[in-house]
Amino acid sequence: MMSEEKKNQKPEKSEIDRILESSRRDFIKKAGISGAAVIAGAAAIYSGFRHEKSKHNSNLVKVLTEDNRLVEVPADQVVGYIPDPKRLQIRGREGIEGKKWVMVVDLAKCRNARKCITACQAAHHLRPYEYHINTLIMQENENTPAYYMPKPCQHCDNPPCVSVCPVDATFKRQDGPVLIDNERCIGCRFCMAACPYSARMFHWQEPKDAAADAELEYNVELNVPQKKGTISKCLFSADRLRDNILPYCVSACPNGVYWFGDENEDAVTNGTTKETVSFKELLSKNGAYRLMPELGTKPRVYYLPPKNRLFEFEQPDSEKNQTHI
Amino acid sequence: MNISGLKSDTYNPKLESIASDILRPVRINNKGFILWMGFLVVAFAVCIYAYTLQLKKGLIVTGLRDYTSWGIYIANFVFFVATSLVGMLISSVFGLGGAKWIKPIARIAEIIAIGFAAVAGLVIISDMGRPDRLPYVFMYGRVQSPILWDVTVVTTYFVLSLLLWFFPMIPDLAISRTRLHGRPKFLIKTYELLSFKWVHHEEQYKILMKAVRTLLILIIPTAFAIHTVTSWLFAVTPRAGWDSTIFGPYFISGAFVSGTSFLIIVMYFFRSNYKLEKYITEEQFEKIGRIFILITALYVYFNLNEFLVPGYKLKKFDALHLQELFTGKYALLFWSIQIIGLVIPFFLLLFRRMRKPFPLLIISVFVLAASWLKRFIIVVPPQGHPYLPMQNVPAEWMIYKPTLIEAAVTLASIILVIIIITILSKLFPVVPIWEMVEEHGETEPKQG
Repeated sequence: MMSEEKKNQKPEKSEIDRILESSRRDFIKKAGISGAAVIAGAAAIYSGFRHEKSKHNSNLVKVLTEDNRLVEVPADQVVGYIPDPKRLQIRGREGIEGKKWVMVVDLAKCRNARKCITACQAAHHLRPYEYHINTLIMQENENTPAYYMPKPCQHCDNPPCVSVCPVDATFKRQDGPVLIDNERCIGCRFCMAACPYSARMFHWQEPKDAAADAELEYNVELNVPQKKGTISKCLFSADRLRDNILPYCVSACPNGVYWFGDENEDAVTNGTTKETVSFKELLSKNGAYRLMPELGTKPRVYYLPPKNRLFEFEQPDSEKNQTHI
Repeated sequence: MNISGLKSDTYNPKLESIASDILRPVRINNKGFILWMGFLVVAFAVCIYAYTLQLKKGLIVTGLRDYTSWGIYIANFVFFVATSLVGMLISSVFGLGGAKWIKPIARIAEIIAIGFAAVAGLVIISDMGRPDRLPYVFMYGRVQSPILWDVTVVTTYFVLSLLLWFFPMIPDLAISRTRLHGRPKFLIKTYELLSFKWVHHEEQYKILMKAVRTLLILIIPTAFAIHTVTSWLFAVTPRAGWDSTIFGPYFISGAFVSGTSFLIIVMYFFRSNYKLEKYITEEQFEKIGRIFILITALYVYFNLNEFLVPGYKLKKFDALHLQELFTGKYALLFWSIQIIGLVIPFFLLLFRRMRKPFPLLIISVFVLAASWLKRFIIVVPPQGHPYLPMQNVPAEWMIYKPTLIEAAVTLASIILVIIIITILSKLFPVVPIWEMVEEHGETEPKQG
């Protein structure tokens, strides 16, 4: 054993050396390869970068990303964007983070111009008697004055319609609006039965622009194309809110009836005058109220009472209308 | 339980005579049946054509619009769920209580339960704007919606009723399989298959009794659930006229009224057409007549609560609703239903002569018609006066008037129930043979 060990001592050393040497050689080889690769890659990137830089210095275009950042992109790198058909659905259901949309309706200013209604119906492809927003004549009793009251969906924070929906077709978003997904709705109309504000409409027949809209991608924030056999409703113009534009009804009003904005920012903007004021101040100075607070629905639409009216009340075609006196 | 008379299927004159009586109407190749079924199928097909029009054009073909968006489809659905409750009432409430007189009519009550519960689901589909999306209810169902609860309990009730009809019939199928001379082969084969090699062993009866008893107990909460949940479809909304805390028991008591009246009509029909006077006797009519008194009284009581209490306070929108019913455009309908369809029947039933089969049939026809119309009164008027005024819509959107197509689709569902009842009663014995042998055998000396 000993002799054998002695005999083997030298070769053993050289074995270790060999192993070390081989690993060293291996390391150098590997390092060399990877080093070369890194250098080559870096060189390629660098040259590419220089090439790109030299090429595009003059024609960058500004592009708005989906998360609202403005970035510059070389003009010839811009490719036509093909939207994911599910994209509108997903973001439509999520809503806009950090926002809490509110509407304030100043009843003193409404003269039943009905511009809000027509703008809304044009945007959502509705017939003249299909309403997301309707202006009603209100009168509590014979001694109190009649006044006009625009009535959109109240976008309740405790919405009875959402509770009863069997398939999650109508839902409450984080930024406030209650929306309806026409691709999910089964047309049971339980939500209509549950809504105390009669805010919802149903497509009893083929929607007005069904044929023309057939090719459009469905936008849950616009309810277009409208779909037969499903519910449609006021969306607070969720499609416009995404672009920070006031809702269709709000901007169409000629009389300054509507204020719209973000409760979190405590700022609302008038759709006619574009004046921006404090939301809380507007409410407190004008004795604001909400419709049927006793039902506990917690609407996101506030009303300012029809005090110091700007316009005389004119009774329109009264025969068609139901009053509650 | 005395089942000695049936320990074996061997010759027993009592059994033979009862079996031949009860099996006599079990045939489907006679002229009368073919004509009747032909008529039903043609009528059904015509009504289904109306439904295809609705599918094509949308619910615009109905009288429904944005304000009154639930009409006779939903009223009919409520009526169907209500009427199906009679299965539980007879079999469970009285059966578990040990009432022997229900034995000849328990199976009839179950047939009614099966027919109405099965078609109730289809009625709901006819009301849907997008029936093609029915699977969504199962794919995306949300537990907080009472519609999900309704789907669950109605399905459960249907299955339990089917089992309660079938289980106690197994011994009958075994008795009948050798006694179906001249019937189609497939029918005899079906009987053989469904009787599961039943040999009338005491142990088999014990197991059967246990299973039936379990079902009878299970079906009680299920039956209460189906109609309570159906009432909640309305009561969970904040509408005046629906916003009521007693809607559950109000609906249940009303269900007993409509179910019992329908049962009496079917009993009368089977008794005379199937020549079953020996089994469905005047005693059955007398007893169910007495129960009818109790049930109508209970329903009058709930009506009193439902209308008198809000009528006393007259809150703004309750007042509008009640005014429509009491003196407004629904007054004639409302008072006819309440008086001709409920109060007068109650007083008539107090007389023994009125509990004979024929007078009871006539009373039941009035009560049944009123029961259907009562569902209309419950469903439609509360939608006619929402909290905010109805304005700026075409005049015909303000008032709900059911259309011919709507009526036809509703009729289709009723015809379908009759088809189901007809088929079940022509293919299988409507009165339990073995229980009749037991009942009648007890008083007679054993033979053979």
